[in-house]
Amino acid sequence: MIEFNDISKSYRIARRGSGFGNAVRSLFLREYDTIHALNHISFTINDGEMVGYIGPNGAGKSSTIKILSGILSPDSGSCLVNGRVPWKERKEHVRQIGVVFGQRSQLWWDIPVIDSFELLQSIYAIPVSKYRDRLDELTQLLHLEDLLKTPTRQLSLGQRMRCEIAASLLHDPKLLFMDEPTIGLDAVSKIAVRDFIKKMNEEHKTTVILTTHDMQDIEAITNRVILIGKGQKLMDGTLEDLRLAAKSLDPEGENSETDIDHIIAGLYARLNIM
Amino acid sequence: MRKYYDFFKLRFATGIQYRMASVTALTTQLIWGLMECLAYKAVAEASGGSMPMDYSSIVQYIWLKEALYVFFNTWSSDNELFSMITSGDIAYELCRPLSIYSMWFSRITGARIAETLLRCVPVLICAFLMPRPYRMTLPASGAAFMFFLAALFLALGITITFCMLVYMLCFFTIAPQGWRMVLTGAVEFLSGNVIPLPFFPKKYLFLVELSPFAYMQNVPFRIYSGDLAGSGIYPYILKQIFWLAALLAAGTALWKCAEKRMVIQGG
Amino acid sequence: MKIGENIKLYLKYASVCTQSIMQYKVSFFLMITARFMISFCELAAIRFLFDGLTRIKGYTYGDILLCFAIVQMSFTFAELFGNGFKTFSGMVRKGEFDRMMLRPRSLILQVMGSRFELGRTGPLLTAVITLALGIRHSRVTWDMAAVWTITAMTVGGTLLFIGLFILEASFCFFSIEDTSLINVLTYGAKSHGKYPIDIYGRGILRFCTYIIPYTLFQYYPLQFLLGKAQDWYLPLCPLGTVVFWLVCHAVWRYGVKHYKSCGS
Repeated sequence: MIEFNDISKSYRIARRGSGFGNAVRSLFLREYDTIHALNHISFTINDGEMVGYIGPNGAGKSSTIKILSGILSPDSGSCLVNGRVPWKERKEHVRQIGVVFGQRSQLWWDIPVIDSFELLQSIYAIPVSKYRDRLDELTQLLHLEDLLKTPTRQLSLGQRMRCEIAASLLHDPKLLFMDEPTIGLDAVSKIAVRDFIKKMNEEHKTTVILTTHDMQDIEAITNRVILIGKGQKLMDGTLEDLRLAAKSLDPEGENSETDIDHIIAGLYARLNIM
Repeated sequence: MRKYYDFFKLRFATGIQYRMASVTALTTQLIWGLMECLAYKAVAEASGGSMPMDYSSIVQYIWLKEALYVFFNTWSSDNELFSMITSGDIAYELCRPLSIYSMWFSRITGARIAETLLRCVPVLICAFLMPRPYRMTLPASGAAFMFFLAALFLALGITITFCMLVYMLCFFTIAPQGWRMVLTGAVEFLSGNVIPLPFFPKKYLFLVELSPFAYMQNVPFRIYSGDLAGSGIYPYILKQIFWLAALLAAGTALWKCAEKRMVIQGG
Repeated sequence: MKIGENIKLYLKYASVCTQSIMQYKVSFFLMITARFMISFCELAAIRFLFDGLTRIKGYTYGDILLCFAIVQMSFTFAELFGNGFKTFSGMVRKGEFDRMMLRPRSLILQVMGSRFELGRTGPLLTAVITLALGIRHSRVTWDMAAVWTITAMTVGGTLLFIGLFILEASFCFFSIEDTSLINVLTYGAKSHGKYPIDIYGRGILRFCTYIIPYTLFQYYPLQFLLGKAQDWYLPLCPLGTVVFWLVCHAVWRYGVKHYKSCGS
């Protein structure tokens, strides 16, 4: 269970004012701009839920994922993931989470995928028999048979993403955070990834939190959506709730019924969070 | 007029940001030079005046080496051209209606001179203000200084033509980084960057002086410090001219070769 | 148990890194040759400088070779194991460090392991040659104490250099990109540390004792090794580098904490 309670996080960004005077001044004292990435955000996610975490760029999605995975500590508020504070008990916490970053790779570039997996086995100290079973299962579900012996650099983006996902799940995490897992993938790979996530959830009761800009991901996978913008939680409910909210904000909207992308875009515009 | 003033202000503001970096670079070079001066002091005391170069000449040599570091650096300079060759982007340069060799030659020379001008002034000022035995001094005569300048630019030309030759060679191999490291590592030693060439034993020195490496920083630094003087200078300058011409010829020839190869391979 | 597992993981990292490098065999071979050659030139330089001299500030040719060999070995080992810290800013920029924080292992171990580079061992050959020459030329009596001293000096030096690399890497947490000053402390020390530090005079000797304690693994134990002093504590000096390493480690931990609260 994830309890995310009244969390705030702001960053200080060094401001380098324009012009000559500021350049001289910045040598001696730096001025900072404060950006409120998260503003008193709270939610609870139960075991086995699949949640879509959406919002425009810069809304605070990545900060939330970073806090949940223990990379970032918040300014105020409390967060418990299965009874642990992520950024305080790093090693214990990360044993039970898997994280997929759609735009970053954790596989070694020049060596076959299977060797990267074996390194991960050592890192997580997974017992051999358990590792074998797990690898077999993932290989089957993600169709990796032909990819495992190939060096990462020779894989296509879709193939690589499937391997990335397997790499994040080798240690059988209870929680899976996915940061834009389908970005840049072709239609076939996208569907394969979605099907896999659903299957994982059915068979292992894995909790999944997914950030994405692809509304089809949300429609296909999640049963709950949390919408944030400018660091604030704007909505928390089902996809149907989202449609209703869009409608109530704009009763005469032309296409608020039809397409989820338009609904979201409409919501962003009307809530003024672009 | 206003436009130029704004442009100047902008340049200056970015310049100031670089300034911090150059303060640390200056400190680094001063520490490095001073440590070398101290080490040679110990050697000088041990030798009791029988060193192949006298101590004050060594001090000049060390400070010139620090001040003109970018001029004769074979290792980390010219990365732009090098990465163009390794990535194959150089093929685009073929589209330009210019001789690529001379274009790159002037570009690299310009970059090195500009960076050196920026770096050498503070180093030299500090070197002239050092306490006594470690102080940089003016050359013995105006003539020596003129010879120094001439030899300096010939040496710069030799260094750059040699570097370009290395880059061109890298064009033909599968491990350019490795070759570059081997070749430039050797040059560093043979051109007198580790220890001045007069310290080499006679039989090795004879061999080194048959190569172009002895005509890089070795010649101008020793002219300035007075280690090379009088009529002893002429053969060195003549050999510098010879090597510059030879390396230029080799470089352009090799470039023609590379050009042909690229056309055949289709870029 | 825990240490054993960490060593196992480190070896696994080392084998994966080596496997990666072996994809580019020619490059690997050239790099190792180049690094050997560059360090061998330094040895040649010492030989040339010493031509016709018997002693420099009381040190014979053999003495200086021993000193050079030890510093060279320390630095090579430090570069071999601590290479990850030298490329650390890139790791942070590419998000590789974030990924390491998501793994239930020591961060230092992961940083060190993921950049193990066999190609760095080139200078080791020079160091061994120098050591052999040094042993032949010097008048050291090779008893247990001497063997201990030389081993402790090498290990202590490695620790100290790795500590400096960690310090350099920690700067990245506070977004300081310019590390040329700390390069003087690492490369400068390697390059000038080939001579016993007292050659450079009192001031430098003090700096190298109280600010960055190079003398702990170089000057003081060397006095014992060469028979210039007999005090019992001299061969134990290299142990002091552990304290320096711990200080660097504390800075690193503070940096990680800062990184967690500020993001990148």
